[in-house]
Amino acid sequence: MYDMKALYQAKDVADAVALRLAHPEAHIIAGGSDVLVQMREGKRAGVELISIQGLDELRGVSLEEDGTLRIGSLTSFSHITRDPLIQKYINVLGEAVDQVGGPQIRNIGTIGGNTCNGVTSADSASTLHAWDAVVELTGPDGVRCQPISEFYIRAGKVDIREGEIQTAILIQKDSYLDTFGHYIKYAMRNAMDIATLGTSVNVRLSADKKTVERARVAFGVAGPVPLRARTAEALAAGKPVTMELAEAFAQAVKEDINPRDSWRAAKDFRMHIAVESAKRAFIESVKLAGGAL
Amino acid sequence: MEKHVIQYQTVHFNLNGKDVERTVDVRASLTDTLRNDFRMTSVKKGCEVGECGACNVLIDGEAFNSCIYLAVWAEGKRIRTLEGLLGPNGELSDIQQAFVDEAAIQCGFCTPGFILTAVEILESGKEYTDDELRKLLSGHLCRCTGYENILRAVKKTMYKRLGKEMPQA
Ligand SMILES: Cc1cc2nc3c(=O)[nH]c(=O)nc-3n(C[C@H](O)[C@H](O)[C@H](O)COP(=O)(O)OP(=O)(O)OC[C@H]3O[C@@H](n4cnc5c(N)ncnc54)[C@H](O)[C@@H]3O)c2cc1C
Ligand code: FES
Ligand code: FES
Repeated sequence: MYDMKALYQAKDVADAVALRLAHPEAHIIAGGSDVLVQMREGKRAGVELISIQGLDELRGVSLEEDGTLRIGSLTSFSHITRDPLIQKYINVLGEAVDQVGGPQIRNIGTIGGNTCNGVTSADSASTLHAWDAVVELTGPDGVRCQPISEFYIRAGKVDIREGEIQTAILIQKDSYLDTFGHYIKYAMRNAMDIATLGTSVNVRLSADKKTVERARVAFGVAGPVPLRARTAEALAAGKPVTMELAEAFAQAVKEDINPRDSWRAAKDFRMHIAVESAKRAFIESVKLAGGAL
Repeated sequence: MEKHVIQYQTVHFNLNGKDVERTVDVRASLTDTLRNDFRMTSVKKGCEVGECGACNVLIDGEAFNSCIYLAVWAEGKRIRTLEGLLGPNGELSDIQQAFVDEAAIQCGFCTPGFILTAVEILESGKEYTDDELRKLLSGHLCRCTGYENILRAVKKTMYKRLGKEMPQA
């Protein structure tokens, strides 16, 4: 038995919002792979839960009229990886979430939970930051959209307001068009381990594949929340595709990141793998985009 | 201490091909309900925090650790446990027999969980490489066998079901 005070099961999004307003102290539960574990550990013992697990309208990936890619917040990791739209437009996200935990966790865990937990090591988070994802929240006043970088407030805290739930993650057309990316999860084990560092890079090349039009890079566990390395991005924009650029780009990430010492890894080591991962992920992204270096 | 509100709810689901109905405590995990109310004792309680895979069951064809799944979420779902693999007279299925033949079982605590993940793998009808199989089986911990025999049992059954010769390693 879980030590919960009460369970409220939402029937649809409107009902979830009503339950949130009626029980402001209650915690939202989606797939439950964070919430139930923390309840077992005593961290969330005795709380009330609002379950949104039954909201099938929040599952699945679709393309909106203006080309925006819409990922329902309850879409599980395994469904994201298998989805043809994800494979076509943002394959790196499918690859990143295919490195979460193990197969059962990938059937259980949702992308909404992976972002609403505010955890810097979350395997989807760096890629979503690197692709300027937009978070859609639905509350008493309707729908509110927010860039993912603003959604994260501090470690473990995201901007979900009174009565709100997260309903989708959106990737705008300009973000995915002709863009290719690569994610590197550095962890001690290949499975069932949390990232020591997560690095997600993506690039868009010029038509002749010789120039970087846009490069973006984000890290998980390089700071209390996932973050972009803007200095490296600015450095690469408009430059010819070369090995020297890959090296300079990777070195420049040091300007923007601030990893910490933890039992998993020392600060210096995280700095080192951040540079190395940025370089490798940049090279791989360029290759995926059809460039040579 | 504050008293908990005791809440019960009736859930309807299909368990190993049979429609069932039960009134459950909303605080129950699916592991609790399957073991205590349905005597599905193949569903093991290991870590109870999603790490080991001993409690794994198939929900609508996908492997889930039932220890981090609320029993009330089973409403309308198709749930399969190891018990559902047996033939009408208790015959073992091909994958169970392969675990026996390959000595992929020692204490047996991890076995039901592994076998249900293997069922999801086999029912995909795909042919996987050894590395892919290792990744697909990586959500289970086994303290006894060292995994190699488990991998071989799954691989052998995969080739058998695909009607192909198993390549010699
Ligand atoms: C064994 C194990 C291994 C794991 N390995 C990894 C790993 O390698 N990488 C990784 O990134 N994660 C890992 N996780 C963590 C977890 O699986 C993920 O964070 C997952 O995405 C959580 O999703 P969920 O739906 O299960 O979340 P839940 O537990 O239901 O919720 C998580 C948090 O988000 C909130 N929430 C969820 N959905 C919404 C919503 N739509 N609107 C508002 N708030 C919401 C909840 O209130 C809660 O605070 C692991 C977990 C386990 C148990
Ligand atoms: S008992 Fe459920 S995963 Fe260990
Ligand atoms: S056979 Fe004993 S844990 Fe696997």
